[in-house]
Amino acid sequence: MRVLETGNHLIAHSANASAVEVVPAYPITPQTQIIEKIAELIAQGKMDAEYIPVESEHSACAALVSASLTGARAFSATSSHGLAYMHEMLHYAAGIRVPVVMANVNRALGPGWNIWCDHQDSISQRDTGWMQVYVASHQEAVDTVIQAFRITEDRSVLVPMMLNLDAFVLSHTYMDADVPTREEVAKYLPPYKPIWKLDPRMPVTHGSVVYPVDFSETRQSLQIGHQNARGVIKKAMAEFQDMFGRWHGDLVETYKLDDARFVIIAMGSIAAESRVAVDRLRSQGKEVGLLRVRFFRPFPNEELRELCAGREGLLVIDRDYSYGNQGALFTETKGAIYGKMDVPATNLIVGIGGRDVTHDLVEEMVTKAWAGELDEVTWGDSQVSSGHEVTREVLAEFGQLLDEC
Amino acid sequence: MARKATGENMDKEKDEVGYITAVSRPVKGCAGDTGEWRVFRPVKDAEKCNSCLLCWVYCPEASISKDDLEVDYQYCKGCGICAVECPTGAMTMVKEVKQ
Amino acid sequence: MVSFKDLPEEELFLAGSTACQGCPSSLALRLAFKALGKNTILLVVASCTSVLQGSYPLSAINLPLMNVAFATGGASASGVVAGLKALHKKGEIDEEPNVLVWAGDGGTYDIGIQSLSGAAERETDFIYVCYNNEMYSNTGTQRSGATPLGAWTTTTPGGKAQQRKDIAQIMIAHRIPYVATASLAYPLDFYQKMIKAKGIRGTKYIELMAPCPPGWKFPSSQMIEVSRMAVQCGMWLLYEHEEGETKFTGATKRMIEGKVKKKPVKQYLEIQGRFRQVLSSPEGQAAEDQLEEEVSESIRRLQGWVPEYI
Repeated sequence: MRVLETGNHLIAHSANASAVEVVPAYPITPQTQIIEKIAELIAQGKMDAEYIPVESEHSACAALVSASLTGARAFSATSSHGLAYMHEMLHYAAGIRVPVVMANVNRALGPGWNIWCDHQDSISQRDTGWMQVYVASHQEAVDTVIQAFRITEDRSVLVPMMLNLDAFVLSHTYMDADVPTREEVAKYLPPYKPIWKLDPRMPVTHGSVVYPVDFSETRQSLQIGHQNARGVIKKAMAEFQDMFGRWHGDLVETYKLDDARFVIIAMGSIAAESRVAVDRLRSQGKEVGLLRVRFFRPFPNEELRELCAGREGLLVIDRDYSYGNQGALFTETKGAIYGKMDVPATNLIVGIGGRDVTHDLVEEMVTKAWAGELDEVTWGDSQVSSGHEVTREVLAEFGQLLDEC
Repeated sequence: MARKATGENMDKEKDEVGYITAVSRPVKGCAGDTGEWRVFRPVKDAEKCNSCLLCWVYCPEASISKDDLEVDYQYCKGCGICAVECPTGAMTMVKEVKQ
Repeated sequence: MVSFKDLPEEELFLAGSTACQGCPSSLALRLAFKALGKNTILLVVASCTSVLQGSYPLSAINLPLMNVAFATGGASASGVVAGLKALHKKGEIDEEPNVLVWAGDGGTYDIGIQSLSGAAERETDFIYVCYNNEMYSNTGTQRSGATPLGAWTTTTPGGKAQQRKDIAQIMIAHRIPYVATASLAYPLDFYQKMIKAKGIRGTKYIELMAPCPPGWKFPSSQMIEVSRMAVQCGMWLLYEHEEGETKFTGATKRMIEGKVKKKPVKQYLEIQGRFRQVLSSPEGQAAEDQLEEEVSESIRRLQGWVPEYI
């Protein structure tokens, strides 16, 4: 079914095609249209799922997990503060090994209140045990929802999956995309058949006290799930291509990388934008390529080692910051290639709080980075000025108040 | 039923399903022989007992059987509620004597 | 009229648990399971019950059980009920099991109030039992929103300075089909209320007073007696609310109707070590008076819903 729709609406359509059975729903900009469209589809009789209008995101994740543990395929969507609010429950979902899928529309965390795009929200959840994938196009958003269930529900995986898409750039813009029908998806995605579930015919206890003597093994098993996911992801993507004729990469996607001397590493829509920068630089005779990280968890250590070797430099673009250190994708990339190669890498911080990232900017920064003109970390489009600082003049305005303190 | 040593509980999980999540099975005596906690034990005088069933109803540990109102001393923790609530004085608490 | 003989013999709470001697929660679970039977899914909110059920790999509860996060009693129930509906729709289960949430007062009055409120407003079809021991018991007796005035806890070492909330009344305001209070000293009353709740569609809230021997500082053998005294002095009122009407039940009904004289709060306070400090302090009489007034005020407020008194 070919449609012209927003990223958010496409996610909803794809969840419907994936025969999702339970959807806990709570609104937050800029994800709200996902859960609105799902409500509309159910009301129109076009989608058959139980809709739970929860009273908070923490409850959304709780209901997501308990519905999945009951044996139903469960899906939800959130963003930013909502994702942060359910942080405790993200750990819980991974720990109890439920194969749920949650769309996260990447949005900055306040204060100040900022509804626009950056990756701080999902990056902040990287240690919860969830898998994380970042999509860069509307079609990829559609296809990845379907693939996500296929990957998480694999019995060697059983790790929840966060599907990230950029606020407004993808969530609110209209593009044409093909949404497979339920029947087509059913050939690719078998029904969900859990082993452990809440069932009076199987009176077992889930999530009880686990002493140190046993706890470590449960967590190691979670990591093994992530490791197994690597192979499952590759297989799932290959089979999707066979069946639907579309390929977006597996753990990573490459663009003009084979003979590239300098590599851009990025996630999400900035990576899509960077393809234009790559083409422009190539037309100037500069052999630049793009390595788009799709899966941030499990992190593509092997792919990075293989694809970064022998290059003259890397520019890692972060739309986030791990305060007190550097950009998250940058530090993890450095970790992947540490000791394996001698390739200089620099970190570009751009697009924080939804500032528009243009291919011109990427092109300019790549040129500078390759010429060795950038610091290890560069805030590419940010300029702290006196307007942002509490200056003596401002203090003087409040001088009287301060004297009284 | 004693707890197994490190890792042994998990091996069964892993073999059965190929991954590990901590799922517990229901069994009597999950805390061991809780009868060993007792300082006082309930003793029933059958002559005084009128089978009102109160002791069975009130036992927090499900350690009195409904049909013969006998105490399961393997698990009875000696809380004393049965003795206090017994309307005929048939149930009394006596000091536990350790073997 | 049900009698003890009619209570099912089968024990779904298995002896030899990690519960303290005389634990009200373990007794209440035993009785609740007799009312609901095997076709029940139990959700245990973080509380003593998370621990008294035993630890991995063994459990004292012979039912499918999910241990849920502290704030999530109501939301987890909504998720399970939705999941069961989905399974039923596609023919994977014949009869939807009972869904029972078991939470303490901490997980109900304080951190869990939001998700309970949400589930009730969504008319989630489940039974929520709050076993109320008037404190955070599992973490070693800290004050909660249910702790009464004057009670000692580790975080109110001088006795609590504020009154407790009344969550049952808040649940009535949610317009759910069934709200009830219960006491272990009146086990048939509790049992019958559970049976009634089982047969009603929608959210059912039952609050059970659960005197905790180590937390309230009284001998474990007195657990039922303390439950009884609370009802006899009005510090715990037995009632049920359905279809817009409140009815007092059992011993509370007899007390309100004047068939039995209400006992003073003083005797109930004196049997518990947690009130010893406030009673022997200069504020002792004032605290006792305020608690008597709280009882009167609760009765007056409840009577507003009772048809005979409107």
